[in-house]
Amino acid sequence: MTKKELKQYLEVTYPNLEVKETFNFPLLLVNKEDVIPVLKQLKDAPETRFNFLFCETAVDQNPNLEMIYHLSSTYYHHDLEVKVILEERENPIIDSVYSLWEAADLYEDEIYDMFGIRFKGHPNLRRIMLTDEWNGFPLRKDYQDDKIISL
Amino acid sequence: MDVKKDFIPEFEAEAYKDDMGKTSFIVTSIDVVANWGRSNSLWPLSFGTSCCAIELMSTVSAKYDWSRFGFEVMRASPRQCDLIIVAGTITHKMAPVLKRLYDQMPEPRYVIAMGACAVSGGPFYYNSYAVVRGVDNVIPVDVYIPGCPPRPEALIHGMLTLQEKIRKSKAYVIEKPKKKEKQ
Amino acid sequence: MENQPIPSPTELRTEEFVVNIGPQHPATHGVLRIEATLDGETVKNILPHLGYIHRGIEKMTESMLFKQSIYLTSRMDYLSAHINNHACSLAVENALGIEVPARAKVIRIIMDELQRLTSHELWWGSCAMDIGAVTPFFLGFRDRERILEIFEANTGNRLTMNYITPGGIMRDVLPTFVTDVKELLKKIKGYRHEYDQLITGNFIFQHRTQGVGYLSKEQAISLACSGPVARASGVSCDVRKHYPYDGYEKLDFQEVIDYGCDNWARYVVRMEEMKQSIHIIEQLLDNFPTGDYRTKIKGVIKLPLGEYYQRVETARGELGVYIVADGSNKPYRMKFRTPSFSNLGAVKPTTVGLKIADLMANMSTIDLVVPDIDR
Repeated sequence: MTKKELKQYLEVTYPNLEVKETFNFPLLLVNKEDVIPVLKQLKDAPETRFNFLFCETAVDQNPNLEMIYHLSSTYYHHDLEVKVILEERENPIIDSVYSLWEAADLYEDEIYDMFGIRFKGHPNLRRIMLTDEWNGFPLRKDYQDDKIISL
Repeated sequence: MDVKKDFIPEFEAEAYKDDMGKTSFIVTSIDVVANWGRSNSLWPLSFGTSCCAIELMSTVSAKYDWSRFGFEVMRASPRQCDLIIVAGTITHKMAPVLKRLYDQMPEPRYVIAMGACAVSGGPFYYNSYAVVRGVDNVIPVDVYIPGCPPRPEALIHGMLTLQEKIRKSKAYVIEKPKKKEKQ
Repeated sequence: MENQPIPSPTELRTEEFVVNIGPQHPATHGVLRIEATLDGETVKNILPHLGYIHRGIEKMTESMLFKQSIYLTSRMDYLSAHINNHACSLAVENALGIEVPARAKVIRIIMDELQRLTSHELWWGSCAMDIGAVTPFFLGFRDRERILEIFEANTGNRLTMNYITPGGIMRDVLPTFVTDVKELLKKIKGYRHEYDQLITGNFIFQHRTQGVGYLSKEQAISLACSGPVARASGVSCDVRKHYPYDGYEKLDFQEVIDYGCDNWARYVVRMEEMKQSIHIIEQLLDNFPTGDYRTKIKGVIKLPLGEYYQRVETARGELGVYIVADGSNKPYRMKFRTPSFSNLGAVKPTTVGLKIADLMANMSTIDLVVPDIDR
C-alpha cells in the first residue's frame, strides 16, 4: 500500500487513535496501555503484515519522553511509524515488544541505558553501552556532566 | 681575557644525576649490542580498537610490509610481546582493560600512541561524555603519531623513531653493592 | 586403593564453566566481549557485552551543525565510509528539496560501489584468516590497496573520506578517472580465479562452513537482520531495489538471494555481490556525464520542522539516519540505525549447540564491525 492508502486504512481501522504523517511515513499515535494489542494487530492483519521492526528509539521532548517504533513489511514493502508519549520523567515504564519481535532485545537495552525507560516483560534488561556504575542517562536533555568539554 | 666560569644554563641538572655514573662505563659496549638486538626485534601486541586498526593491518600486509624492520611476529598474548601500539579511541569502559594489559607485559616495554584519538582524544575531544582524552592519562607513552588515520608510512616512521630511541638508552645498569649496616 | 573401580566417562561429574572471549582478541573484529557458557567444547549460551568503544556520537551530533556531523558518520562503520556519508547527505538534501546534478550522482554511485568492493575484499581476507588460512589476508589487502590508490588520488584520504556532502561532492574527480577505474576493474577480474582456487573450491573450507550456523528465515526477519546475513536466508531486503536513491532505479543489476541459511550461503552471497558491483560500475563508466559536480547550497543549513528518515545499503546491511529537526541549525536528535547492531542478535541462535571453533566461523561470516554497534 502507498502512504496515502495506508493512512486511510489506519483511519478506518483505528477510529479512536490519531493518525498524522511525517515526511516519509504515516504516523500513528498510540496510548501507553494499548501498545501490545495494537502492534500485535498490525503485525498479524493480512492487509498490513508488519513483521520487520527496523528501528526503535526514544526522543526527549521537554517535558515528555516519546517512544518511536518504525515498522516495515517484507511482503508489501510499506512502512509505518508508531509513537507513544510517556508523561512521567522520574520512572517511566512501558511494555516490551520482545514477544512480537526479537530485535527489541538489544534496542530496548540501549534505550534503558540512554534514557532510563524501563520495559516490562523484557528477558534481561541491563546497561550495555555504559558501565554499571554510571550516574544518569546521557541522552536526556537535562544530563549534567562536568567532564564534557564543549566548544 | 676572563673566561666566564660560572656560566651555567638554567635547567635542573638534578634530574639527570645518577649515582651509577661511576660504574656504567663498563657495560657501554654490551649496551650497544643489547640495544641493537632489542630494537631490531620488537614484537607488537595486536591491540586495535577502531579505524586506525585498519591502517595497522595495511602496514602488516604486503604493500607496506613492516616485517622488514623486525616487527614480524604479532602476538596475541601480552606476556610474549614488548611493544603495544594503541590504535584507536580509548573509552572510560576500556581504560582499565588497557591498564591491565600494560601491567602484564614484561619489561622492557614500549608504547606507541597511534592516531589522533590515542594522542589527545581526536575528533571526540569536544562534546563527548565517554572518551579518554589521550592515552597518556592511562599508561606512559614513548612515541606519538598524529593523523586521522595516519598513513602506513607514518606508522613506519614512528616505529623507526622508537628504534632510534631504544638505541640511545641504557640497557644494562650495574647497581653498587649496598653497604651492610653495622649493628 | 587397587580394587576401587575407575568411573567411566559418563559417570564423571562435569560442570559448565564460563569463558570470557575478551575485549582484546586477535580476530580482527574489534573490541567485543563475549561471555560463553561451555560444557566441554559445546557452547550452551552466549551473552555479548558491548560498550568498549561507545563514544557518544549521537549526543555529539546534537551540538554540531549538519555539515559537521558528516565527519562523525565516517567513523562509525569505517569500512563503508562513503556510504555512511551518502546517507547523511541524502537525508539533508531530501528535507531541503535540493536536486543534485547528474554527474555528482554518477560519481557518488561509483564511489559507493568501489567502497563495497574494498569492504568485501577485507572481509574475505579476515574470514579466511579466522578459519585458519593466512595467505588470503595478504591477497585481499593487495587488491584493496589498488582501489585505495584511486580513492587517495581523487578524494585525499584512504579510510575516512568525507567526500560526499550535502549538495553534491566536495571536489571534482581527476581527468584520468574513467581510464584508471577501467584498468582497475580489468585487474580485479583477472585475479578472480585465484580466490576460487584458494578458498571457494577448498575441501577443508567447504566442510567447515557447509551446514554450520543455521539461521532460519523467520528468525532473520524477527531479529531485523539485513544485508547479506538476511539475503542468505531467503529474505529479499536490498534497499537499492526496494527504496532506490540517486539513480539506482535506472541500473541493471540483480539482487543476490540464496536459500542455504548457513555460513556457506553467506559466503557465496558476498562473492556474488562483488561481481554485481563490478557490473554496476562498468555500466556507469560507459556514459559518464559532464557538467557541474555541486549545486549551490546555503552556508548554514537549517532544516524545517519535522522528522526525516533516509535508508541506504552499506556493505553490511541497511543503514538508517533518523533526524528530528526543530528549525534551528543543529539537529534536535539524530539517530543512526546501524546494521551491525541488529546482526549481532544473529550470533546466539546460530551458535548454541555447536563447538567453540564454530563461533569464530559464524562471527566472521556475519561480518560485524564493532564501532558500528556501539557508535
